[in-house]
Amino acid sequence: MRDILEDVKTWRDASEEIALATVVKASGSAPRRPGAKLAVTRSGRMSGSVSGGCVEGAVFEKAVEVLDSGKPELVHYGISDEMAWDVGLSCGGQIDVFIEPFEGDR
Amino acid sequence: MSGIHAALLAAIEQERGALLATQLGGQQPGAKLLVYDDGSETGHLSPDSLHDLVAADAHRLLPSGEATTRSYEVDGETVEVYLESHLPPRRMVIIGAVHTAIHLVSFARELDCQTTVIDPREMFATRERFPHVDELIVGWPDEVMPDLNLGPQTDIVMLAHDPKFEDPAMEVALASQAGYIGAMGSKNTSAERNERLRARGFSEEQIVRIHGPIGLDLGGRTPPEVAVSIIAEIVATRRGKDPRGPQAALQPAKADQ
Repeated sequence: MRDILEDVKTWRDASEEIALATVVKASGSAPRRPGAKLAVTRSGRMSGSVSGGCVEGAVFEKAVEVLDSGKPELVHYGISDEMAWDVGLSCGGQIDVFIEPFEGDR
Repeated sequence: MSGIHAALLAAIEQERGALLATQLGGQQPGAKLLVYDDGSETGHLSPDSLHDLVAADAHRLLPSGEATTRSYEVDGETVEVYLESHLPPRRMVIIGAVHTAIHLVSFARELDCQTTVIDPREMFATRERFPHVDELIVGWPDEVMPDLNLGPQTDIVMLAHDPKFEDPAMEVALASQAGYIGAMGSKNTSAERNERLRARGFSEEQIVRIHGPIGLDLGGRTPPEVAVSIIAEIVATRRGKDPRGPQAALQPAKADQ
């Protein structure tokens, strides 16, 4: 959280819509452990990471859906034959990412 | 219920320890509970039975600084809850702006520790000697220390060798929640200090918190070598491997025997 704190504050002050993605489970050789965070804005800004860069694009798309619906989602990313070139983790690990709207001051 | 992420950001900025619990499944995915290191809470998980189970775990897990997902059985259903602890940055407060302190500050910084050096002697506590320390205070330690936040994330290291200002400083240290307290000095010096503390009314349970003689016995002699032995002891103690053994908290310090 500390690593994305400054960016999130800046975005919040600019009234950006923010979603937070957090690694809540990790197994195998996943590059980032539980607690790793990626913050994104609807406008496409990003801070932090949930993997070595393999799934951030997919997480961003899902985050926009979450901002639209207002409903958090738990998404599993892992390697699989048909997904290996899509949103799999090239490193062979598996992660569960919880994606939710940032709950700021309302 | 809104604004829990904002509350967490505020806690991090104010250097308060806090644990955020987020419900991943069950009745209300995304529901949150924020627990602070002073025992207070904000937010709610439902049902109440889940809230109570998670709150108890949250208070226990907070000091670990870890992030993990746990499963809870509620009304015959399994609900997953993600818990992440945020601790304030580590801080090392060094009493005595001596030669060893210069090297200890360097090692502490490598471990992402914020550093403070306190010494009433202006000749020692200079920026020329300590260009790398975060905070350099010329003053009497026992007068200055109460203004610092000496919480569980703080290491207090006494290097001055001078009971005149170390004894009063030790009394402040023992009254604090500091996670590590160590003091330079031989076995005899340590035993004598402990005797003075007993005479001042401190209990064995309080005195046993002091690591003295300070540092792992690495056989080092030079100031940087001594600094290595001190930083090594702090790492070991912080990682649950108190070099004095698991019984250390229950027995008088070695220096007493």
